[in-house]
Amino acid sequence: MTELPAREATRAAPAIEGGVRAARVHDSAVKHVSGTAIYTDDIPEPPGTLQVYLARSERAHAQVVSMDLAAVRATDGVAAVMTAGDIPGANDISPMAGDDPLFPAAVVEYFGQSLFGVAAETVEQARAAAAQAEIVYDDLPALLTIEDAMAAESLLEPPYTMAKGDAAAAIANAPHVIEGRIEIGGQEHFYLEGQAALAVPGEDEDMTVHCSSQHPSEIQHTVAKVLDVPNHSVTVEVRRMGGGFGGKESQGNLPAAAAALAARLTGRPAKCVYDRDDDMLLTGKRHDFRIDYRAGFDGAGRILGVEFDQALRCGMSWDLSGPIADRAMFHADNCYSLPNARITSYRCKTHTQSNTAFRGFGGPQGMIGMERVIDQIAAALDRDPAEVRAVNFYPHKDTADDGGKIAPYGMVVEDCIISDIWSELAGTSDYAARRAKIRDWNAASPVLKRGIAMTPVKFGISFTNTTLNQAGALVHVYNDGSIHLNHGGTEMGQGLFVKVAQVVASEFQVDLDRVKITATTTGKVPNTSATAASSGSDLNGMAAREAVGKIKRRLADFLAEQYQAKPADVRFEAGHVHIGGESLPFDEAIGKAYAARVSLSATGFYATPKIRWDKATAQGRPFFYCAYGAAVTEVAIDTLTGENRLLRVDILHDVGKSLNPAIDLGQIEGGFVQGAGWLTTEELVWDDRGRLMTHAPSTYKIPACSDRAPVMNMRLFDRGENVEDTIYRSKAVGEPPLMLGISALMALSDAVASVGGYEVYPFLDAPATPERVLFAVERVRANALVGVSGAAA
Amino acid sequence: MAQPITFLLNGAVETVSDVPPTTTLLQFLRRHKGLTGTKEGCAEGDCGACTIVLGDPEGDGALRDTLRHRAANACILFLPMMHGRSVTTVEGIGRGAGPAPNAAELHPVPRSFVDCHASQCGFCTPGFVMSAYAAWLENEPLDKRSVEDLLAGNLCRCTGYGPIVDATLALNGVRPTDGEATATDSARRLQDAADRGALAYEHGGQRWYGPTTLDELSALYEANPDATIVAGATDVGLWVTKQHRRLDTVIDIGRVRALNELTVSDDTLRIGAGVTCTDAYEAIAERWPDFGELLRRFGGRQVRNAGTIGGNIANGSPIGDSPPALIALGATLVLRKGDTRRRLPLEAFFLDYGKQDRQPGEFVEAVEIPLDTGPEELKCYKISKRFDQDISALCGCFNLRIEDGAVVRARIAYGGMAATPKRAVAVEAALLGRPWTEQTVAAALPAFAEDFTPIDDMRASAGYRLLAAQNLLRRYFHESGRPLRETRLAGREAAFA
Repeated sequence: MTELPAREATRAAPAIEGGVRAARVHDSAVKHVSGTAIYTDDIPEPPGTLQVYLARSERAHAQVVSMDLAAVRATDGVAAVMTAGDIPGANDISPMAGDDPLFPAAVVEYFGQSLFGVAAETVEQARAAAAQAEIVYDDLPALLTIEDAMAAESLLEPPYTMAKGDAAAAIANAPHVIEGRIEIGGQEHFYLEGQAALAVPGEDEDMTVHCSSQHPSEIQHTVAKVLDVPNHSVTVEVRRMGGGFGGKESQGNLPAAAAALAARLTGRPAKCVYDRDDDMLLTGKRHDFRIDYRAGFDGAGRILGVEFDQALRCGMSWDLSGPIADRAMFHADNCYSLPNARITSYRCKTHTQSNTAFRGFGGPQGMIGMERVIDQIAAALDRDPAEVRAVNFYPHKDTADDGGKIAPYGMVVEDCIISDIWSELAGTSDYAARRAKIRDWNAASPVLKRGIAMTPVKFGISFTNTTLNQAGALVHVYNDGSIHLNHGGTEMGQGLFVKVAQVVASEFQVDLDRVKITATTTGKVPNTSATAASSGSDLNGMAAREAVGKIKRRLADFLAEQYQAKPADVRFEAGHVHIGGESLPFDEAIGKAYAARVSLSATGFYATPKIRWDKATAQGRPFFYCAYGAAVTEVAIDTLTGENRLLRVDILHDVGKSLNPAIDLGQIEGGFVQGAGWLTTEELVWDDRGRLMTHAPSTYKIPACSDRAPVMNMRLFDRGENVEDTIYRSKAVGEPPLMLGISALMALSDAVASVGGYEVYPFLDAPATPERVLFAVERVRANALVGVSGAAA
Repeated sequence: MAQPITFLLNGAVETVSDVPPTTTLLQFLRRHKGLTGTKEGCAEGDCGACTIVLGDPEGDGALRDTLRHRAANACILFLPMMHGRSVTTVEGIGRGAGPAPNAAELHPVPRSFVDCHASQCGFCTPGFVMSAYAAWLENEPLDKRSVEDLLAGNLCRCTGYGPIVDATLALNGVRPTDGEATATDSARRLQDAADRGALAYEHGGQRWYGPTTLDELSALYEANPDATIVAGATDVGLWVTKQHRRLDTVIDIGRVRALNELTVSDDTLRIGAGVTCTDAYEAIAERWPDFGELLRRFGGRQVRNAGTIGGNIANGSPIGDSPPALIALGATLVLRKGDTRRRLPLEAFFLDYGKQDRQPGEFVEAVEIPLDTGPEELKCYKISKRFDQDISALCGCFNLRIEDGAVVRARIAYGGMAATPKRAVAVEAALLGRPWTEQTVAAALPAFAEDFTPIDDMRASAGYRLLAAQNLLRRYFHESGRPLRETRLAGREAAFA
């Protein structure tokens, strides 16, 4: 079970309660368990609040010939009906490219797209009214899949390539070559709380929006753009989300804009809350990918050259697909030093939901392409894939750079510690011995087969759009010594708020309970970036520290003068301020400073150093640093039905020096299970009209309690320390652990291979549902009978 | 006719007469009472974010002086179903709505969740707390396996479940101190407040009947043949929350005591149409362990606590899991209309997709299962993407008898392979009278294509369904005389458990 690192347990009692490194519980835990944590839909509604329902397209691609909404308007309880023509400002809710209409003016581009909105007294009335619409469509050809889009050359932009050396030549000259294709399904976020926004009109043209969003600033800008008011007229507040996972980075724009528009048109508060089906039908998901690959390698499995063609389904618009596709390319190397590589990305435009950010942001798919290559190389050489992985690792950070540290996109991977993690985990998980035992066991088990795999993760930390790597914070110290903390990051369950509060407590050297954590609002900290890219605590922790530093300097100057000391002699320690030989309780020092008219409020700002990225040359240093981890997963399959389950998971993950080991372990465990779910039970299915058939938990299966492995051994890498100057030398932890779940897919592949005596490569696609596993078993058996090795497809 | 709906809400008497009868309990809690601790995550009973604890008066005789507590999904319970029951929400085990208590003031169940870091985003948390609270109230002993079943109906997307399991297991040994007294007190207050007779409720032209006797029910249904019958509303609830249908007249059979009876004679197990899956579990599992495990995988606890075997049959779904098992067991369906009963073999009830052999005004009264099948003769195989709380892609149930090495009885039925639950008559014919050998099994496999032409849908392709259906016969053969751990990844005697 989850165990905290021994050094945390034996650490001497800290001088303050709840500073950094303490395994503090989530700041809202008591509210969560008692039902008193307030989510957007729980906010008591102001009198007169209207409910907004979004009517959806029933075509994947069609001209809207006519839309007769007279009966909708005439329905009981309806206060407003909203179409493209009712928008005072821009008809655009896109995060970047200007290609997502709030309501399409003429052409619908996916089955489920918001067509018009109805604001009524109750959501039942709004929904019933929407059903009265008479819509006439003229169908246009619809491209639904990656295959459709590639065949029609329907791309959002021309193919984009990153390259190092000459991959084609290296493959041509290599002693061994493998090639193949892997298809990787998408993933629904399934945050438990659906998208929600409450818009309250104010005086002038002001609008206050409470919503469930990872990106309050973008909600602010979107609402302002739609309402045609300056950004200063819109205030967006987010106290917490019931899960985000990337699905609330851009997808909250639509309900917020719709609610704000209804509020503008009626002068009444308006709320738009998606139910589960609305949410799954309207919103984008993790991109599905098709990756074609070729690799040349030597007899030890060392990769000499590799080529990837990554095609991803972006859906009907850009949304965030550009940087997502880029990140898939950045992670096509995973942990491996590639002397020659070419990665080409095809950003497919289809008539489906516009796919969006999801924990890992393209990185996981790029990484799976590489892990497939390694796995297939190992099969071709009849070697343990773990050995083939190890011979290809980037050089350790402490070895002299021999050129092997250069990634295909030109960044020097300076902080690689994967070999340390790898050898430690191989030992603690008993990987090699278990692998041998599993093979013996399989030989004696006719129906059930087991498999095991050990896979590594390297994940680059920073927004690849350099501009976004900035954050602000606002810290007030009130005259009783209590502290109000605000920053641009949002809380979606990941524990950001408690971590930043721990930073503030440590910096002021006061107990954590003195720090009040407050809702994110654009009125306090402006121009923020999304809480995304795992960057929340890196960016906001630093910004908060800077704000605290300003106040401490003012206090030091003031107290030094009072006590005829030097500011450098003023120390904050254990709830006190020491001035030379004098000592004051923190709140007394604050009281004195207030009385002497010292400013006790400050903003802090942080911009990540060192990073740069040039898209034109596909070269630069997009990441400040990398986070590392590895997992060993053991599985079992039923060769008659393809049913499968996880048996044991061992994880060793690097979070640098942890700000809060309990929160970090929670992210690791949850991330792994979410990643393993993506690659096993979670399957999105669209019908041939482009209608999503899996739009509720009855048909879309995220892991349930019994799907977790009965044995889960998780540890933080206790030698971890960020080589870069991050907040207390910690590392980001939001996304990287998700990719530990790739070990589950590879272990299933290993189990399938057993039915062909490990002679035939299974080519198992994701998600590995019972159906995919059974058909892979059948394929391996059939090829084993006719003697096809399949490793070099 | 309008009687108010009367129930206990967090210990206080609640009397309601001003909402439509198809208002869900969740809507009532959130919109009318401002009790927003109970969340909507799916509105279909699959995620458990809306879990509350229902208390049903129990005890012998007139004085039913205690409550039996069970978790249920508030999102698909209709408010009139609460009449005469007790409802506890997450607010009811804390200090009530208002500012959060401090950790030391928390009840032991939620406090355990705090201590174990069992919440991240917190949205699913009240539901998990309530599932654990129901077990705690009932003194249910928990181990690593049973806790997974306890929590199977609650989804969490953040934690990966480990800390939640820890928090729930930590409650073992922390026993209720005042639970019994509270339950007795609540039961008495319920008795004072709500009469236990029939309920007739009306609002806005929608009518709700809750008869208490079979005769009342049959008379009501004969007079209102267009009425919708509900028992646990685990299916009909979704007509309202998902299909947004208006139900003008509803007859709730959950209060008909005669339908809640499960009786055993020398040769028959009779399950009344109102018996929940939870209440049927023990009688079924002790006779046919595989059917028990199939029943355990019907849904989460909350669904099984409300849903009935009768409803699983009567709704006619091709993917209901009990019909294949019951057909394999040779069950008889008892239908009643007015004073008339008729019996028919269960497989004859399912005529076509959405069409059953049921007359207007006729309802399912019971299913009768002959007791001539041994515990290991019946094997039930449910295949779905996820083991727990999932709908079958296919479900195959086999009841074979082998005597002197030959097949002397073969009753095989599948769900998910046709428009109705269906017997594999060609496969049965290919086995009957033949020696029970691998050759016989292999020779019978082509017969599956005669019996079934399955479809592609989001749960599986036609090709997978047919292949897996054949392989389930091979599994049955493999399991003859061999330990189940050689073939089972889930359920009893599972490998690696």
